[in-house]
Amino acid sequence: MNLEFTAEELAFRDEVRRFLEHELPDDLRRKMINREHLGKADVVRWQRILNARGWAVPHWPVEYGGQPWTPTQRYIFQEEMALAHAPEGSPFNVNMIGPVLCRFGTPAQKDRFLAATANIDIWWCQGFSEPGAGSDLASLKATAVRDGDHYLLNGQKIWTTQAQHADWMFGLFRTDGSGKKQQGITFLLVDMTTPGITVRPIETIDGGHDANEVFFDDVRVPLDNVVGEEGRGWDVAKHLLGSERSGIARIGLSKERLSQLRDLERRLSEDGTLAEDEQRRLAQALAEVEVELRALELTQLRVVAADAHGGGANAAASILKVKGTEMQQRMTELVLELAGPAGLAMPPHDHPENDPDQGWIGAAAPFYFTMRKVSIFGGSNEIQKNIIAKTLLGL
Amino acid sequence: MDFDFSDEQKMLQETVTRFVADTYDFQKREHALKTELGWSREAYASLAELGLLALPFAEEDGGFGGGGVEMMIVMEALGRGLMVEPFFATVVLAGGVLRHGASSRQRQAILPGLCAGERILALAHGERGLSRHVLAARTTATPKEGGWVLDGSKIAVIHGQSADTLIVSATTDRGLSLFLVDARADGVSVEGARGYDGVPVATIGLSNVVVDTDTLIGAEGDGAAILERAFEEAVAALVAEAVGAMAETFDLTIDYLKTRQQFGAAIGSFQALQHRAVDMLMQLELSRSMAILAALSLEIDEEQRSRNISAAKAQIGKSGRIIGQEAVQLHGAIGITAEYKVGHAFKRLTAIDALLGDRAWHLARLVEMRGLYASV
Repeated sequence: MNLEFTAEELAFRDEVRRFLEHELPDDLRRKMINREHLGKADVVRWQRILNARGWAVPHWPVEYGGQPWTPTQRYIFQEEMALAHAPEGSPFNVNMIGPVLCRFGTPAQKDRFLAATANIDIWWCQGFSEPGAGSDLASLKATAVRDGDHYLLNGQKIWTTQAQHADWMFGLFRTDGSGKKQQGITFLLVDMTTPGITVRPIETIDGGHDANEVFFDDVRVPLDNVVGEEGRGWDVAKHLLGSERSGIARIGLSKERLSQLRDLERRLSEDGTLAEDEQRRLAQALAEVEVELRALELTQLRVVAADAHGGGANAAASILKVKGTEMQQRMTELVLELAGPAGLAMPPHDHPENDPDQGWIGAAAPFYFTMRKVSIFGGSNEIQKNIIAKTLLGL
Repeated sequence: MDFDFSDEQKMLQETVTRFVADTYDFQKREHALKTELGWSREAYASLAELGLLALPFAEEDGGFGGGGVEMMIVMEALGRGLMVEPFFATVVLAGGVLRHGASSRQRQAILPGLCAGERILALAHGERGLSRHVLAARTTATPKEGGWVLDGSKIAVIHGQSADTLIVSATTDRGLSLFLVDARADGVSVEGARGYDGVPVATIGLSNVVVDTDTLIGAEGDGAAILERAFEEAVAALVAEAVGAMAETFDLTIDYLKTRQQFGAAIGSFQALQHRAVDMLMQLELSRSMAILAALSLEIDEEQRSRNISAAKAQIGKSGRIIGQEAVQLHGAIGITAEYKVGHAFKRLTAIDALLGDRAWHLARLVEMRGLYASV
């Protein structure tokens, strides 16, 4: 037993650090530090820098542009990216549809989409949730009815993140309503420029616009756009939701936020913003957070090590999402408390504070509010607990 | 990075786990608690036969040179069995003081009997009226011709009433110092009690107790440094024991949820209870991770070692409380009956938090050290 990285792993870490130091544009880094909203252009620009280095989609199979990295190397890469304040790539491209197409796509689909997805020449959105199908996703009702060599899509999707930017959607549609609700669902690729699609923005409590409603009115989609088999879309979706476990706790992000909190603690203590008793309370709160974060980090490393041996279901892996999101949310609470009443004035969403020392104050509340979503999306923490209770504990 | 046990460590784990499962079931423990001694000499002799009492001592002292990981393996297994025998008191606590402070002559005199299970040692350090877990004593050691005179009173001495030899902390002109004291020496009074966790504890009076010069452990004034080192190892061991007790508690609770029927169904089918069970699992896994960290931190540089050890103890203080309370709640009334194991595990977990600095104490220490992560 030991917790040290090998010499090769340390050399790899240095290589990643050097790359980030030289290649991550300063303006992107500053936006990330100030928790400013990143536009589509920002995300695409960074993704292409990564892609030029071959690191846009390292966890994909090598033949589709991935890297032959060990689970430990992947972990190091994710952590260094977060600590360097590098933006995360579009999760819909990188973590969802990409791996799904690598696994289930036809040769033609792979040729058409994979390279473009890695480079974000295509911006993807995810059409899963519906007004009546959230946690109970399998009760979805949007239909795809065969009409010659096409399907006709009708119905509505909701909470569709960044649909306003999307060139394509991957979504779940009902092709058969006669059997069990998990049967008869088909995984489809939909060109967002197809006539009959309407995207309506949903404003969220952080003042942002990331979520949308998407309406389908006789939208024609070629039969070739089925991923996997017709009626077997539920299996594809389960693979998608269950495949990404090494980064799911986002420890690197929480560590980066912890370091921001430590920095604020120092600055606000020195300039007199924090009275002595407030400093004591904050120090205590930070110690508590650090203990739990370290425990979670080591749990993540245990999973990484298990994955290197072939993985499989284990107790440690199952807690990562729930605990990881709780940690991320706790960080935002602490920053919000530090901002105090000064944090009441919300900055315009796309016109942030220019003073780098003050930017965090205006960003604190929007960040706190928006991060409530992390324990809801991708299967709420309560759904995660249901799954753990059933599959792992046998309850 | 490697979280696997070596082949030898796997064998050790198998041996000690099987020993606890086969020979130390809950009824045996109950029976031992009801004896006048309050623990089982037979079980302790078996630990000696298995070589476990010699585990952490150097090979030249007749030990096996086991490190933090070996101790974690053993303590976790003993924690599953809620063993009340003086392994922690004698081998971990007193043994740690001997390893880090005693002369080779002292070790040669004591360790063979200790490792054979024939000699029980207890550390007498805590005192009434001093703040918790402080490296200080009001007990005094006054030099006299050829030795020292000890005066004072010690509380919560684990297995103090069974000890043949006490290690007593006392203040001299040069600070805190440690002395080996024959428990039957003139002026030593022992008042035994039973801890709520079943482990015997004693209040020990020292009135004009005369000891020889060669009973001093280390140099005069070295007591705080020796204790601090021994305490850190002992905390790592307690953290591992807590993980064992938590794992046992968790397993019993899951079994109960699957078998107990109410409203025509196993109560584990109810979502409110399922989520609480998952909360317990999360605490168990976080604690397990921190037990590993503590075990692997014993040989690293002092500053980070102390941080890691305190973080681990703070974690299990919280996790032990959550798991213990939830286990009792999920069991319902059976959880608070004395004839059922879960309540006893809850009590041991409660005691472990109280020992050697509780969660609040270790968090305060982390604050003093400017946090856990040295680099951020």
